[in-house]
Amino acid sequence: MKLTLHVWRQKSPGDRGRMARYEVQANPHMSFLEMLDVLNEELLAKGEDPIAFDHDCREGICGSCGFMINGVAHGPNKATTVCQLHMRHYRDGDVLYLEPWRARAFPVIKDLVVDRCAFDRIIAAGGYISAATGSAPDGNAVPVPKDTADASMDAAACIGCGACVAACPNASASLFTGAKITHLGVLPQGQPERYDRALRMVAQAQQELFGSCTNIGECEAVCPKEIKLEVIARMNRDFIKASWLRRK
Amino acid sequence: MTSSLFGLLYTEKFHPHPEGPFMSPAAAAQFYAAPIGKKVIVAVTGFILFGFVLGHLLGNLQVYAGPDKINAYAEFLHHNLGLLWGARLVLLASVALHITASLQLNALNNRARPVGYQRREAVESSYASRTMIWSGPIIGAFVVYHLLHFTFGAVHPDFKDLNPYHNMVAGFRQLPVSLAYVVAMVLLGQHLYHGAWSMFQTLGVSHPRYTPLLKRFAAVAAALLVAGNISIPISILLGMVS
Ligand code: HEM
Ligand code: FES
Repeated sequence: MKLTLHVWRQKSPGDRGRMARYEVQANPHMSFLEMLDVLNEELLAKGEDPIAFDHDCREGICGSCGFMINGVAHGPNKATTVCQLHMRHYRDGDVLYLEPWRARAFPVIKDLVVDRCAFDRIIAAGGYISAATGSAPDGNAVPVPKDTADASMDAAACIGCGACVAACPNASASLFTGAKITHLGVLPQGQPERYDRALRMVAQAQQELFGSCTNIGECEAVCPKEIKLEVIARMNRDFIKASWLRRK
Repeated sequence: MTSSLFGLLYTEKFHPHPEGPFMSPAAAAQFYAAPIGKKVIVAVTGFILFGFVLGHLLGNLQVYAGPDKINAYAEFLHHNLGLLWGARLVLLASVALHITASLQLNALNNRARPVGYQRREAVESSYASRTMIWSGPIIGAFVVYHLLHFTFGAVHPDFKDLNPYHNMVAGFRQLPVSLAYVVAMVLLGQHLYHGAWSMFQTLGVSHPRYTPLLKRFAAVAAALLVAGNISIPISILLGMVS
């Protein structure tokens, strides 16, 4: 199948950037990234600069990949990262627009690659529990009810790809931050730092200049790991309660 | 153990705090400085305004019971000065806070994406939810007009103090005026179609079973508000109320 791609090309963070048009021959068995690999081989053969995009596992588990396809983060398939999107979902003659995640907190490094260190700094601000080091504690020393473990695991499925920020009209990191706060905050091991964590991670997200949530749900719709808006409500609840506990 | 609504919502056990039941000004300022703090203000004031527009509708619908009924209701409100001014002050403060906080958040959100997309597609969000920043200010402008029209009588063709029945009938016989009210009510319906469940999410109330019900509640409440309010100018224009 023949596809027409309009791809954001930007040489460096300081470059103004522009859309460039390419044509590529793909087959339905390729993944989306393999289709780009084919295009890049052709570009290299012509002595042109290949299109830069982030990727690592190509199994939908690492969170490296991701860009906008026709205005939707990770493309049209539900619960699918772009590395797991296959060309059989497209038809001969399709025209696709590829753009990087857009947010002030995610500056473009090159082409479709953006700097997501802001997420790392949010994690560093509170995405941990304190545990005594030394001899490893017994695995089941702290009993965790099944539904608590499930709620935590559902939130922990977040791979930090940034699609939620990219899809949000406000470039808000609420789904990501809420997932991280929920993942630890529901567990017994996460209780001692629960309210500090909420205050710190929310403050860090604000410092990174992400926007604020308007509860419209675009993030939930594009999340490859199907993180639910409930994690945002929980973040709000923990933030409100933490502020209240510190009311003096 | 003391309990309160706050305690029920936000804690498993509510411990009386040595600091007492209020936030210090410094803590309140810190809370408001955070986007979530501002959004909580939007939600709480939105909740108050939502309650008001529902109550206001019930008051208005008395027009169908005839002039005596609704005029007596107006008398009642205006002879309870404490009630009247208490409600007016709370509403005025709510409107001021609602607008200030939502505009500040909107400015923050606009700054969060300096370079936009060339292609953009909405997957899940409703039209109403994406246009809150348009429906809101238009409702605000309408409220000013509405006060000049029916409260102060400044832009009314034949205003009679404490005679809302006459004022409505005379006011709504003007077609452009009725149309403006209809448009404003549709926008209020949109605002609340999103807002009346969003405020719960903002305050941290969310549950896989109850959130869909809240969304339905918001849709029904918004539809009833629009239908109820719009019915009045329409009945008057059709001569069913005169
Ligand atoms: C009768 C008048 C009004 C009522 C009943 C009302 C009600 C509400 C409610 C319930 C919310 C949801 C709060 C939340 O999501 O946490 C809201 C949000 C909002 N309102 Fe209003 N509002 C009114 C007037 C206005 C006005 C005059 C403005 C003008 C600026 C405005 C702008 C907004 C904005 C920007 C939001 C935030 C939307 C979002 O986050 O998605 N509203 N309103
Ligand atoms: S490359 Fe790892 S999730 Fe796509």
